[in-house]
Amino acid sequence: MKFTADLAIDWMTKANQKIQDNKDYLSSLDQAIGDGDHGINMARGFDAVMNKLGNNDYEQVADVWKESAMTLMSKVGGASGPLFGTALLKMSMAVKGEAEVDDKTFVEALEDALAGIKQRGKAEEGEKTMIDVWAPVVEKMNEAQTVEAGVLRDTAESAMEATKDIVATKGRAAYLKERSKGHLDPGSVSSYYLFAALAETLEGEG
Amino acid sequence: MKKIINDPNQVVTEMLDGVVAAYPDQIKRIPDTTVVTKKDAPVQNKVGIVSGGGSGHEPAHAGYIGKGMLDAAVAGEVFTSPTPDQVFEAIKAVDGGSGVLLVIKNYSGDVMNFEMAAEMAEAEGIDVAQVIVKDDVAIEERDGRRGVAGTIFVHKIAGAKAEAGASLEEVKAAAEKVIANVRSMGVALTPCIMPASGKPGFELDDDEMEIGIGIHGEPGTERKPLGSADDIAAELMDHILADMELAESDDVAVMVNGMGATPEMELQLVNRKVQAILQEKGINTHKTFVGEYMTSLEMAGCSVTLLKLDADMKELLDSPTTAPAF
Ligand SMILES: Nc1ncnc2c1ncn2[C@@H]1O[C@H](COP(=O)(O)OP(=O)(O)O)[C@@H](O)[C@H]1O
Ligand SMILES: [Mg+2]
Repeated sequence: MKFTADLAIDWMTKANQKIQDNKDYLSSLDQAIGDGDHGINMARGFDAVMNKLGNNDYEQVADVWKESAMTLMSKVGGASGPLFGTALLKMSMAVKGEAEVDDKTFVEALEDALAGIKQRGKAEEGEKTMIDVWAPVVEKMNEAQTVEAGVLRDTAESAMEATKDIVATKGRAAYLKERSKGHLDPGSVSSYYLFAALAETLEGEG
Repeated sequence: MKKIINDPNQVVTEMLDGVVAAYPDQIKRIPDTTVVTKKDAPVQNKVGIVSGGGSGHEPAHAGYIGKGMLDAAVAGEVFTSPTPDQVFEAIKAVDGGSGVLLVIKNYSGDVMNFEMAAEMAEAEGIDVAQVIVKDDVAIEERDGRRGVAGTIFVHKIAGAKAEAGASLEEVKAAAEKVIANVRSMGVALTPCIMPASGKPGFELDDDEMEIGIGIHGEPGTERKPLGSADDIAAELMDHILADMELAESDDVAVMVNGMGATPEMELQLVNRKVQAILQEKGINTHKTFVGEYMTSLEMAGCSVTLLKLDADMKELLDSPTTAPAF
């Protein structure tokens, strides 16, 4: 792949579309096991990202991701704001200075993003958080050393669905203990939208 | 949804305008932020105290700004932690050269956003310390406990300590001492409705109550038929006392906090029973607070908080403050 700033913008645009379309759904997932604001938070953040990206020019992928990261961090709030913000900020640091990002660097960027989320959230895989989507996606991409749209989407989707069976031990859902089982983790669903959007961007390019 | 609002998306900023307009001599807003500070911030050579969190808990947190309490309060969206850049603005605004204490309630969002702000401040050479309030005994494991109404006592005692000229380390220690000695538990009779979604956060039947509810409608320990004021008070006290080491003739401060839609009359009924239980055990009530201190929009219900006091804490609790909500 040759991932450019234009593709990075396209990714954020498609991600925004999915978040806005599913705003109420995301909030209803959060209502079941959290406080019901996840869709509202994410929609507010991505709306601001689109505003920012639409009003500026970007030469490098790193610039798009950094701008998106800082915007999400200052607009989303809650638990998901710092986490998605950190993820994109780590990605931007990993590709700094490169006009075209290849598969290997892209995979490294995703690895750094995952490490950033884990560190910020003090959480690991299996705690019913967005890490349960990020970790398997990163693992799969790492094995293949390539970012292939179909694999990306499928991995993210099945990982997202698998969060249903997990008992939450981090985030607000942890207050429910056993009762958190049987519900999807909202942050994992929005992470899935992020990866599904990335898959669409990559398909459009190919 | 039936609410007195204009635009659901402007509730927080319009609320802050209202607060500043109500106390123009005491409180100001940092332009283009959701941060309100003491009018005379920063106070030179005094540790600054910053608190904050999601909105919907009024009078928390802006109402606790004043001499002897908070220097700044950061308001997030309704029930959503404020973002690091806003908290950072607050830190910068109240740093008078002696450092800043952040009072954080124990929710993953709040902890992360405030921590990031602290990192930003440290990078600019500002001394920052943090304490995390976790007083809600509805959660068994101590580290997972939510920060609820007990936070107000942390504001008061840390604020008084800072006012007395203590160092950042000393102010932090005073706050930690409150955190170690404060316990709360709540009950809900009806849910609350977030303006942006227009929907109740959870559902409760007409004849039901939820014991151990959080201030964002997080689930409690038990859902059961609505009890009498005495029963409710006794049940909350059972949980709280089981988690505290209180001996005869110990001193406590009591807070009976309304969640937003419960009349003071009912809160006093709860207080009556709380005091009776304390008296029976020979525990001395040093001071009582009954009213709305940490609400949850229009939730009906209340929480009970006990703070075990020593001589130092009594003095700090009793010292004057100009904060409008205390
Ligand atoms: N400690 C954590 N580590 C990783 N992800 C987390 C953590 N806490 C919460 N999350 C993620 O954040 C999501 C909730 O986001 P959101 O509702 O926007 O914030 P809040 O929980 O503060 O209301 C959860 O579904 C989960 O995926
Ligand atoms: Mg939420």
